[in-house]
Parts: sequence; C-alpha cells; structure tokens
Amino acid sequence: MLDQRTIDAMAEEIIRRMEGERRPSGTPAPSQRPHREDGAGAAPPPGGQPPSRGTPPPGELEDIASREQRAIPTLREPEDYDALIRMKGKTSARIGVGRCGPRLLTKTLLTLRADHAMARDAVFTDVDPAFLERNGLFSVQTRCADKNTHITRPDLGRQLSDEGVKTILERCKKGVQAQIIVSDGLSSKAIEANAQDALPAIQEGLRQRGISVGTPFFVRFGRVAVEDQVAELLDAEVVCILIGERPGLATAESMSAYLCYRARVGQPEARRTVVSNIHSGGISAVEAGAYIAELIQKILAAKASGVELQK
Amino acid sequence: MAEEKAILSVGIDIGTSTTQLVFSRLSMENTSGYFTVPRISIVDKEVVYRSAIHTTPLRTRTLIDGEAVRRIVEAEFEKAGFTPADTGTGAVIITGESARKENAALVLRELSGFAGEFVVSTAGPDLEAIIAGKGSGAWQYSQEMSCTAVNLDIGGGTTNLVMFDCGRVAAKGCLDIGGRLVRLEKDLTVTYLSPAAGLVAQSLGLPLREGERTSLEELRGLCRGMAQVLEECLGLWEAGPLLERLQTPGSSLFRPPKAIQAVFFSGGVADSVYQPPQGGDPIPYGDIGALLGEAIREGRLCSAFRLQRGKETIRATVVGAGSYATSLSGSTIDCPGELFPLKNVPVLKLSPEEQEAAFRGEAAPMAERIRWFLGQSDSPRLVIAMEGEKNPSYPRVKALASALAAAAEEALPPGEPLLAVVREDMAKALGQAARPLLASGRAAAFLDGIQAEQNDYMDMGRPLMDGLVVPVVVKTLIFG
Repeated sequence: MLDQRTIDAMAEEIIRRMEGERRPSGTPAPSQRPHREDGAGAAPPPGGQPPSRGTPPPGELEDIASREQRAIPTLREPEDYDALIRMKGKTSARIGVGRCGPRLLTKTLLTLRADHAMARDAVFTDVDPAFLERNGLFSVQTRCADKNTHITRPDLGRQLSDEGVKTILERCKKGVQAQIIVSDGLSSKAIEANAQDALPAIQEGLRQRGISVGTPFFVRFGRVAVEDQVAELLDAEVVCILIGERPGLATAESMSAYLCYRARVGQPEARRTVVSNIHSGGISAVEAGAYIAELIQKILAAKASGVELQK
Repeated sequence: MAEEKAILSVGIDIGTSTTQLVFSRLSMENTSGYFTVPRISIVDKEVVYRSAIHTTPLRTRTLIDGEAVRRIVEAEFEKAGFTPADTGTGAVIITGESARKENAALVLRELSGFAGEFVVSTAGPDLEAIIAGKGSGAWQYSQEMSCTAVNLDIGGGTTNLVMFDCGRVAAKGCLDIGGRLVRLEKDLTVTYLSPAAGLVAQSLGLPLREGERTSLEELRGLCRGMAQVLEECLGLWEAGPLLERLQTPGSSLFRPPKAIQAVFFSGGVADSVYQPPQGGDPIPYGDIGALLGEAIREGRLCSAFRLQRGKETIRATVVGAGSYATSLSGSTIDCPGELFPLKNVPVLKLSPEEQEAAFRGEAAPMAERIRWFLGQSDSPRLVIAMEGEKNPSYPRVKALASALAAAAEEALPPGEPLLAVVREDMAKALGQAARPLLASGRAAAFLDGIQAEQNDYMDMGRPLMDGLVVPVVVKTLIFG
C-alpha cells in the first residue's frame, strides 16, 4: 500500500514533468485532437476552437478540474469524435477518458484527485465573513466548537450554542410567518455560490405576497434540523434553511432548501419539504428562490409541509 | 410516483395530394420527483387513431374545396369516437402545393376553429420539414444515436428537408420536387405538368408537354434529374443552377453545416424509395411518384449515407403535427391562468446584443423595437423572446425585469399584456421581479424553456397540471 505522502510526491513529480513538456500556447496537446493517421473520414477538429481556459500561458498550469478541460475527451482515436463530445455534454460522468492498460490515465487520476480536493475544501473551509456581511447576515454557532466536531457530531450540529440562542432572541422578531436561515452544512462553497442570489429572490417573493419574514441569519457548523430549534425559539410558522449539501465529485456547490411548517425539535424528517440541487448545473439560485417563495405560500395555506403537503 | 395526466391531440395534414388525420394521446408527468423543483414533461406520445388517407379535394386548380375537407374531418372525428370538445391541443397543417392555393389561409382558419379550442393552424415549408422529421423518427434517432440525421419528406408537390444534429434542428429547407408534379393517363399522356417539373424537363432537354404522350424513358430521365437535385442539396454534387430555381418560395436554403450521417425518407414517395411498388406497375398512381422513388433508390442518396427507415413514412407529417407540434413550457414560470389561451401572437426576438443591453437595465432600445415591430405587424400584441442566461445573478435578473417592464409600459398599448419567453430556466424569478414594476391593470406572463425565433408565431394554451406548465406551439404562418 502506498501512503499519502508517497502518492503526493508522485503526483508532484508528474505535474513537474507535464509542465516541462508544455507546448507553446495555442498548440493543443495531442490528447485534444483525434488521432487519425489516414486522415480519411476524420472528424473536423473538436469544437472548432481550443477551450478558452484550457491553454494557459506558458509556465502556468491548466486547471484540469475546469469545465472546459473536462469537456475534452482523452480517449485516443475515438470512432466518432463529435458524437463523443455530445455524449460527454449529456453527463457529468467521466466518460471518454480512455485508459492505459487496465488503469486510468494520469490526467484522469489527477482530475479525480482535484475534484476530491475541491470537495474536501468545500467541507473544511469556512464561509467568508465578508460574504456574510455583504448579505447582511449575522452569525451564530451550534454546539460544535470546531470543524472536526461538526463533522463527527451531527447531533451537536442540530443544537444552537447558548450564546447563539441568546443572540437570536435578541435580534430576531418572534411570531413571523416565515423565518429564513442560512447554514454552511457540509459545503461552505455552496453557500458562497448560491445564497446571495437565492436569498433576495425569496425575500422579495414573500414581500410581494404579504408574508411576514423574520431577520435572516447564518448558522455556523449547522445541520438541517437546527431549523427546528430556531422555529421553536422564534415561534415561526414556516422555517426555511438554505444549507450546503455534502459535496460530490460532480459538484461541490450544491445547495438545498429544507422547509417545514411548525417545526418541532425531534420531529420526523418526513415533515420537511426539500428543494435540492440548487447550483449552476442544476436549478439556478434566483429561479429556486422565486420557487421557494411560492412554496412557502403554499405551505402556509395548507398548514402542512413534507409528506403531509403532498397528500 | 408522480401524478400523470394526458391530453388528446389532433393532427390534421392537408397536403398537395392527401389529407389525413391522427389522434395522439400526450401523457404528462412530473419527472423530477418530490425532492426538487417540479419538471413536467410529455413522457409518452401514443397515436390512438389513424384516419384513412384521403385525396385532398380541390374545387379548381387554385382552390381547395373547404367544404369537402371539413366533411372528411367531421367524418373521421366521428369514426374515431371523439368530438372537438375532447381535443386539448393539436395542429392543422397545410402543406406543399395546398399551402399555395388561394383560399389556403381561410380553409386552415376554419378547420382549426372546428377541430378544438386550442387546435392551431400552421403553414410554412420550413416548419413542415421539422414536423415531418419529428413524425418520421429522424429527430429521435439523431437524439438517441447522438448523430446527424436528415429527413426528406417527399410528398406530391414538395420535398421538405430537415437536418437534426443530436435532436437540434441544424438545417431546413424545401424544394419543389414531388411525386405529383407530373400526372399521366394510362397511355402516358401528360395531363398535368407543374412549372417546377417543366423547368427540370427543359434543362434536360426533354420534350414534355401537357396533353402530349411521353415515354417511360423520358419520365425516368426527368426523375433522375430531380433525384440529382436532391443529391446536390445534400452536398453530393456541386450545386447546379436548378437547385436554386427549385427552392420553394418562403423556405430556407438547406445547407448542412456538418457531415450528414443518416438519411430518412418520409412522405408519399418514401415507400417506393425503400422498395419497388408491388405489381411492377411503374405508374401505379397516375403520376411519377414511383419513378421518382426508383430514381432516388438507385441514386447516391441511398448509398452515400446510412439509410434508415422511420416509424412513419406517408403519415410522418400528420403524426408530427398531432404528436410533436405541442410542447410544454418550463415548470417554474410566472403566469396567470386567465390570460390564456392566446393565439397567433407574433414573436419579437432579442438579439444577443439587445439582450445584453436589457440585462444592463436599458429599456429604450427595447421600447424602440417594440414600437417598430407593432407598427409593422397587424397584431396589437407581441411576445418578447430571448435566450436568457443559464445562471443569472439576482441583480441581473432585477435589471432585466426593470428594462422589460419599462419598455412594456412605454411601448405597449394600454391593456395589452407583457408576454416574455426565455429559453433558459429563469422565468419565475424574472416574473417576480418585473410584476411589481408594471402599471396596475397590465397583465403579464413569463415562460421559460421555449425557443422561439423572429417571424415565428406562438399559441399558448391554458396552464395544465395545477398551473405548473403552459402548452405552447411555436409556429410559422407563411403561405406560398
């Protein structure tokens, strides 16, 4: 078994070599064009132009995890290059990557590792305080004192710290129809990517419908069910938490909204209505925001959420 | 898992030589499940009734017998066991030479009114090509096989060509080539020679004339000439002078942007392209249809590309009209139900530059375009169509909304609704942002998931599935 350090050293060595081999900018790497010795019936060069972010100036590394780089098949001599490009456009799965013997190509492996690294980053970084300030969100914390506790103790991520309870009671209105909270959950990146567009869209939608909204705030180290405690504290009719989803290798920026009517601590999960997949490749944040506002109105009218609402 | 709902759709095709009707059942379903935003789509299209193939009744050479067409349609409704009130949607399409008859528009309008409240009328060779390509199965094939596919719908008067690239229309067009451009007696006396066939004959030096006898040899030569024009159109030969002269008025120039992989044939002539007619009679229908099929079969069209046979041949256009004319808007939209149905609303399409200006909040250029457009058209209203943006920020949506609202207030007549359609999924957010900026009393609807182009017309039906989606037909109304 290789240990982490050996793998890292190997990866660094490979990157160094790849950089050494870099061609002058503008010349696509061999892997970017179909290999067709005879030329007859060969597909025209892919896409017509080189990817915009794919070929950085000499001396700089290309971002192998970028959308543009991923779109380039590394499979050599595909039967139908254009068709492969189209197939790749239909899925985020790593198809058309080719292989080296029974193994992945180095680039595929590195892309996987880069994606994994981004997923880890999304979990382990904090939401930028400047971001919270820009969006007018004050911050409270759960009973988790640090990231490690947050990851290992989901139960504590569902409970607000005493300090947090105090702050909320001081700063928020009680008895509102809708209380919105934002929480890092398992992806701070998801919040930074989506909350600033979703939040105003929800608030505007609620305002237009004449629904009273409490002061939104941010919960650090939060889990979904922390919304139950917030709802109880503030006697909010509907609570909605915008929270970062556990990142995957396809995207690290997926946000969800969990809505609940008259949430109570310890209630069954089936009482929540969820709007998932809010990210640039799923439903856009603004559109989701407008939809959530309408959903809140529906929940208020039905006095029910989750499975109850679907009946 | 999700509730399913079906609507009955009727398709009626009044072609150069045949008139047909089909009923399809379109099933809709929320395919996204409960854990995210709804996404309603048409999940199944089943043809539940196919009419007999009737000869299109003509009163004179330039007039369709509207009464007789109506009787055919009424009789088929009765045979199928449906009444016009049962139809939720559908399309009446008038195609080929029939679209060039003097009373085409009138016949079409009356028929769509009879066939159901939301049955639309369409005409125009380009749209016809797309509808036939969807009905034949070429569209689905190109989508499923991730390839390019061309459908040639060869009818009595015209050949409608469409090229799909992975399910997207890549090229479309129409040529005056068809099976009934020359009609004959049993003894090979020419009873009708269309101007287009005359052109081909003339360029080949064939002495074809109405009222005179001809020979099978001459007719074969004529059909080979027509087949060659089709081959030129698909890029197998250098384009000759005939290609341009045979282009149907009002149609686009068919120019494939990339290599063609598969070809499909549909329309009345298709069956004789795929196999020789039974019985060996070279002119079984008193026209050149079978000979034209033979010339195509033996020509390069069938050997240069992957030859495919679709689900429908002679019925491709009518099945396309019944099953594929209607599409659904996106499922997160902003529209009040009472505004619909709206029919025949012309489309004003914003260019990328105009859209970008609107995204910056500039209302003046858009107001100018609206005023100009309304001045040109005889409709008091219009649909503003644009591509939109995949993942717009909130401030950009706000800016676009304010530009739309301001332009509407400035340029739309009072009382006329603001209708906006976007291709990208953003209509609900856009509507939410724009609605409060409109003067009270101005209705508005914002739909997404719709691609419409300049010169198109749109029909919008009543919202379905609890108001989540609106059935939409994007169409053309061009008569020859």
